[in-house]
Amino acid sequence: MTAADLRAAVVRAGRGVRWYLREFSGEARWDDHLRECAEHGHEPLSRREFERRRADAVERNPVSRCC
Amino acid sequence: MSTTATRDDASGGGQPPEGAAGRRGSVRSIALWVAVAALGAVAWTVLALARGEAVSALWILFAAICSYAIAYRFYARFITYKVLRTDDSRATPAERLHNGIDYDVTDRRVLFGHHFAAIAGAGPLVGPVLAAQMGYLPGTIWIVVGVIFAGAVQDLTVMFFSMRRNGKSLGQMVREEIGIVGGIAALIAVFTIMIIILAVLALIVVNALAESPWGVFSIALTIPIALFMGLYLRRLRPGRVLEATGIGVALLLLAIIGGGWVQESGLADALTLSKEWLVLALVVYGFVASVLPVWLLLTPRDYLSTFMKIGVIVLLALSLLIARPVLQAEAVTDFAREGTGPVFAGSLFPFVFITIACGALSGFHALISSGTTPKMVAKESQVRLIGYGGMLMESFVAISALIAACVIDQGLYFAMNSPAGATGGAVDTAATFVNGLGFDTSAQDLAAAAAAVQEPTLISRTGGAPTLAVGISQIFSDAFGGGLQAFWYHFAIMFEALFILTAVDAGTRVGRFMLQDTIGNVWKRFGDLSWRPGNVIASAVVVGLWGSVLYIGVTDPLGGVNQLFPLFGIANQLLAAIALTLVTVLLIKHGKLRYAWVTGVPLVWDLVVTMTASWQKVFSDVPAIGYFAQAQRYRDARDAGELLAPATDQGQMDQVIFNSTLNGVLQSFFAVLVIIVVVNAVFVVARALRAGGSLPTTEEPAVPSSLVEPAGLFATAEEKRALAEHEALAGAGAGDGGRR
Repeated sequence: MTAADLRAAVVRAGRGVRWYLREFSGEARWDDHLRECAEHGHEPLSRREFERRRADAVERNPVSRCC
Repeated sequence: MSTTATRDDASGGGQPPEGAAGRRGSVRSIALWVAVAALGAVAWTVLALARGEAVSALWILFAAICSYAIAYRFYARFITYKVLRTDDSRATPAERLHNGIDYDVTDRRVLFGHHFAAIAGAGPLVGPVLAAQMGYLPGTIWIVVGVIFAGAVQDLTVMFFSMRRNGKSLGQMVREEIGIVGGIAALIAVFTIMIIILAVLALIVVNALAESPWGVFSIALTIPIALFMGLYLRRLRPGRVLEATGIGVALLLLAIIGGGWVQESGLADALTLSKEWLVLALVVYGFVASVLPVWLLLTPRDYLSTFMKIGVIVLLALSLLIARPVLQAEAVTDFAREGTGPVFAGSLFPFVFITIACGALSGFHALISSGTTPKMVAKESQVRLIGYGGMLMESFVAISALIAACVIDQGLYFAMNSPAGATGGAVDTAATFVNGLGFDTSAQDLAAAAAAVQEPTLISRTGGAPTLAVGISQIFSDAFGGGLQAFWYHFAIMFEALFILTAVDAGTRVGRFMLQDTIGNVWKRFGDLSWRPGNVIASAVVVGLWGSVLYIGVTDPLGGVNQLFPLFGIANQLLAAIALTLVTVLLIKHGKLRYAWVTGVPLVWDLVVTMTASWQKVFSDVPAIGYFAQAQRYRDARDAGELLAPATDQGQMDQVIFNSTLNGVLQSFFAVLVIIVVVNAVFVVARALRAGGSLPTTEEPAVPSSLVEPAGLFATAEEKRALAEHEALAGAGAGDGGRR
């Protein structure tokens, strides 16, 4: 394995971790919204408004946490 | 509600994702699995045969991991493809009903993380610590065998059946598939069992924080930290969750370090809280958290606790490999045979099996495996990874906790975990008591152990959390050096308390919703979740219920953990009995009688364990075991004008009588509810058999799926090809960006 391969592998792993954390924490949902709006030609919400709506949805759908 | 009798599922079902590639690699694959089996067999042999010699804790780890791997590869696969016959050509509710809120197609690896974070909490950390009084072997065997054949099977099958019913909850499914009587019994059982679970979790926090200014300071600071994160995400930088969590975790670590300084300062006395004050603080906190909007406190706290949880578990696994500690506990102690252990009373059967619920078989998981998670599954076969795999992961956490409890000095273990009534609460009386049990220790040793973690005392710090924290601090400081034992101890306490409090917050809220929903059936207004007075009343009722049980536990002269933990364990596994009854009935109604043993065997085992335990807790004439016998013993003594230790006055005598009677009544009540569900189920099964072996169910009809997603954790070569073709067809723009 050359240094370039190694660097590429590290970059790929780093991207993977970043992708996972953004998906896991829900941050990536904003990207999804922008993409969907672009696809359908809608005007996207402001980030603030978008996150507010997501928070309101959580308010009505409580997530249980087990023992 | 559509009804379809499904004797055999749609075409394409039951096909594991294995093509030519799988067969080509078969020689290598066979060699690999033979090696895994051999390593596992060696590890189990060492554990089973070693007596009186130094045994490395890593053998437990290897035995567990090899067993999990084999179970996942073979048994979970059999259940998924042969028994349940998952069908990836069939759209899941996430795909069919997509609304971006609760129904949402989620990447399997991300959903695995979410599901694991939802099911794993303090339970798998606490039960194994208490069960360690019987030695390391009974707990290890039950955690591993239990998860493979019962716990993970329950989670997987409940998730599958709920997924086929648009993510219906356990209670709804029992009502629709078993009957109205069973449904009502299940609803009441779920609600009351949740109250007991919340109370016992809170009790563990109280026991960990009482008389510990360092702990109180750092836990109290989690509230302003969470509030800050909430405001940050709402007002300053909406949606930047990772950023806010990073800041929160940094502040959390500062709070732990700060606790050390505070303990040395003049503030220490003000922060040394009695158990009663802590109960009050928790009740007020629980109420406020339930009424406040979630974005302000609950959601940010959840981010903190989830990331801490995963971080600490990874850290613990790594440090076990680095430190390679030696087991101090015996394989099987005399308490396992005689049932006279001080931590909890009763013999190995049935009490090990109810003390360790989470990590082996936890009924509470059925509430998460139905409802939340199944609405987000992308492909049917992924339930194997998420349901079965997620539970294996929790079992691994339980194994780590068991190891942590078994590598600390066993004299210290018993001094920490015996109730104050037995140890006398001081180092010299505790040393005498522990010596009497047959373990080496001295007043100096016990004082030195407390000094090493900078706690005023470690005597009778029951509930499992402090013991686990001592174990973790020892393993971490062995692995990483630096003499930071006191820091690691409080770090571990903080992380346990953090997610117990998250569970208490979330549980209170879920309980409140359940109550509002149920009462809403008769009083419409009350069911409106946005009606403020309804929120406040329901929150107060839920908090009041678990708060009272908590108070009873905290002030119990016989020790709250000793008295309430069996009730908690039995309740949790009675819930599992309801869940396993449901899935067994469903297998039969779907015409799969010949596979009913998959859930039927764990169901029978669970019923035998829980009913034996309930019977003993209710009818045993040994006062340490039977709640009513205990009440009677204290009543007789009171009537004769005597005081019985550990009660020190008339009031405490009355308290023991009241608590024991209450616990006995609750215990019988839970058992009766489960029997009602099971009897109701027997009638349904009989009807199904008379009808020729199947009955219509509420399963949603199949709708073809247009999604292409891998089934397992890693995509096979064939799945990668299918994925690439699908994305090429859909056009480059529709791909999902950073997906690996």
